[in-house]
Amino acid sequence: MEKTITFTLNGQPKTVTTDPSRPLLEVLREDLEMTGAKYGCGEGRCGACTVLVDGQSTFACITPVGKVGQQTVLTIEGLAPAEGLHPVQTAFLEEGAAQCGYCTPGMILETVSFLKSQAKPTEEQIRSRMEGHLCRCGNYPKIIKAIQRAAGTGQ
Amino acid sequence: MNAKESTFSNVPANPAFDEDQELVAPVAFDFGLDRRGFVQLLSAGLLITTSVVPALAQQRAGRGAGRSGAGAGGVAARLQVGKDGIVTVFTGKIEMGQGGRAELTQAAAEELRLPVSQVRLVMGDTRRVPDDGVTAGSRTTPGTVPVVRQAAAAARQILAQIACERWSVEASAVEVGGGRIRHPASNRTLAYGELAQSEDLPKAFARGQAEAALTRPDDWKVLGTSVRRPNYRDLVTGAHQFPSDLRRPGMLHGKILRPPTMGAKLTAIDLEPAKALPDTVVVRDGQFVGVAAPTSAKARAALEALARTAQWEAAPHPSSREVYDYLRQRARGGVPSNPFAQELPGAHRVLRQTYHTPYVQHCPLETRVALAEWQDGQLTVWTCTQNPFGYHGELARAFRLANDQVRVVVPDFGSGFGGKHTGECAVEAARLAQAAGRPVLLKWTREEEFTWAYFRPAAVIDIEASLNAQGQLATWHFININSGGAAVESPYRIPHSRSSFVQSETPLRQGSYRALASVANNFAREAFMDELAAAAGADPLEFRLAHLENPRLRAVLQEAARRFNWGERAARKSAEVGVGLACGTEKGSFVAACVEIAIQRPANRIVVRHVCEVFECGAILNPDNLVSQTQGGIIMALGPALREEMQFAGGKILNPRFAKYLVPRFSDVPVLDLHFLDRKDLSSLGGGETPLIPVAPAIANALHHATGVRVHELPIRLPGPEAGHPGA
Repeated sequence: MEKTITFTLNGQPKTVTTDPSRPLLEVLREDLEMTGAKYGCGEGRCGACTVLVDGQSTFACITPVGKVGQQTVLTIEGLAPAEGLHPVQTAFLEEGAAQCGYCTPGMILETVSFLKSQAKPTEEQIRSRMEGHLCRCGNYPKIIKAIQRAAGTGQ
Repeated sequence: MNAKESTFSNVPANPAFDEDQELVAPVAFDFGLDRRGFVQLLSAGLLITTSVVPALAQQRAGRGAGRSGAGAGGVAARLQVGKDGIVTVFTGKIEMGQGGRAELTQAAAEELRLPVSQVRLVMGDTRRVPDDGVTAGSRTTPGTVPVVRQAAAAARQILAQIACERWSVEASAVEVGGGRIRHPASNRTLAYGELAQSEDLPKAFARGQAEAALTRPDDWKVLGTSVRRPNYRDLVTGAHQFPSDLRRPGMLHGKILRPPTMGAKLTAIDLEPAKALPDTVVVRDGQFVGVAAPTSAKARAALEALARTAQWEAAPHPSSREVYDYLRQRARGGVPSNPFAQELPGAHRVLRQTYHTPYVQHCPLETRVALAEWQDGQLTVWTCTQNPFGYHGELARAFRLANDQVRVVVPDFGSGFGGKHTGECAVEAARLAQAAGRPVLLKWTREEEFTWAYFRPAAVIDIEASLNAQGQLATWHFININSGGAAVESPYRIPHSRSSFVQSETPLRQGSYRALASVANNFAREAFMDELAAAAGADPLEFRLAHLENPRLRAVLQEAARRFNWGERAARKSAEVGVGLACGTEKGSFVAACVEIAIQRPANRIVVRHVCEVFECGAILNPDNLVSQTQGGIIMALGPALREEMQFAGGKILNPRFAKYLVPRFSDVPVLDLHFLDRKDLSSLGGGETPLIPVAPAIANALHHATGVRVHELPIRLPGPEAGHPGA
């Protein structure tokens, strides 16, 4: 029941031959050594595993790898340009939006996808969109500020 | 009769209590070390069963060395100067998001007169660092920061002395700054890196003891400023490797067979179906059964094969519905009676109340994880723990190894909150790796974490107090059953006061948690203080102030009330909006909070809209990190205050998932109005715990303000069912 699946990971073509029902998160972390997306809950309730699939934020822990065939997958490792940082990363860095940092890749990728569809969100829209992401350190206020900074709506 | 009595029942009256309450009984592994294992160990010359040092004694000895500064190894055990001028500092503390890495880097940089970029901190590697004890109890700031500063100041003095000897000048003739010693009179300089070229320096460091004067807070250049954690950039790029991200050549993924219910014993199992799977290692060692395979998916498949054949004998286990009766009935030595009973008949008013707080869990976002590797008889485990030397001892005991055959390495990891003090995951990974002959990564699932880690203890708290005719507290009797003695003593002035902690038998494995028992004790005390204030016909703020002498606690309470505009807001009456306040002291620091809540109908939900908290923890070391710790602590505290509780029955945890165990999310974040009283004249204290303790009682008091309902139990709920939380 193994299948060969081809997709683009952080700009590079990748082919894996595996059980297509395995979670994308596990294949990224175990087969492709891309550990930026994290395991937090395994049920799509914490957002630590978030990656972008064709630009859409996706919980990799509940996405079978078979579903991303022929698509593009972006993890935190592929977000920054060759030099420097993506503006959302810069905003998180400047606002101190990470404490332990374990939720941070997921938060950043969600923000990247969010700001593409909604360039100038209100605080209420930010809270609503980010509701699926847990930060157990409780750094939510600084994450909100970082998103506002990235959107250019901060004070 | 003004003498204040205070006793802690069943608690040894020694200063180590504060530390020991952070420790949790480790899981007792009793590995048989089967015959083949024995032979392998013997042939490698490893079996040194007589030299295992009891872990606790070992910890004590190590901590002692850490406390006195540089200890036996002199300054050299704490820091080294590289030929490039970079100073490497060694500490047994770890970083899990609480800010220890930045703070200790600052401590060294301050005393060495260096920019923080010139300091490298090696944390939590038991082969390389001194034992600084568990990273818990807000102790890094008052305990480890001074030790690192001492060593750094001594190093600075030694560096200056060596320069003076080379130049034949007096110590008073040189200046130290920017990593250089300068002799202004002759305009000569020597950089730290240049001094590190010669053998004099390591020799002097090895001899050097840490007794140099520390920099006064008024002169601080680095401490007291908002320094970011040095590896911060790696967190936003994904480059940082958490323990779960580590890989070793040939590494396998492990899984452990768990009992279907707590306390169940394995009576029979057929290993063959799992062993028949390709590339799969299966281990049974007494009650321990686990597998290792090249991928998690393969390990899961083997585990499922094992689970299908396993037979278990269940053990009786109480349910969360009856847990408070269970704990009360098993209170060791019984529940003490009120020693001031003879005063009560003459009292103006007597109030008594019982408070309950449930078991809750830390839910660190990174679950327990350990990567274990055996090489030439040496066991190395990379893992997340707040207690590296405790794990070290647990591993040595479980595998009958000498102290120097074990190494625990702790990369900066994904949060702990007091939940990562015991090394079961490390021992399990090491047992699998031993059997596999290859490195094994074992990563607990969220459900395992929710079931087989440990919990913040449930509490049953009885309070009985009396008021005199002037509305003043006359007697106070407070008993905490099961959850601990932290902040059990009342900070209020009461002529007859006794507060005690009574141990019980816990049905769930329990242990430390951020602020531990001080949350339950302060909740009960501060909710009850409002009931007493009402009985005395006094405003809650005025009633507290009338019984408070400690100027630091008075200061935070008055400041919070002033900023919140307490008097005016408390006078407004509304069924939908309530305000409440609470204060407290724990770990030597002082906090007060005023909150505003809204009652959402028809959802029947309490929404915390505004928290104004004032906190004082001595001289502030890193303002920005203190903001993070304080607002994070308040938000974390909202969970057990409003929703979190472990539900269990028949030996099963009924809500071991984030879909059912609701921790705070973005929608829960109130307006946070935080103020810090920076006391440069006082010693610095840790700030990661105390900010939690006024949150739940202030909410409970606000609920009464709006609805007239008194709350005696966490989580705080309105009567009737609550509609689903948006995060559920």
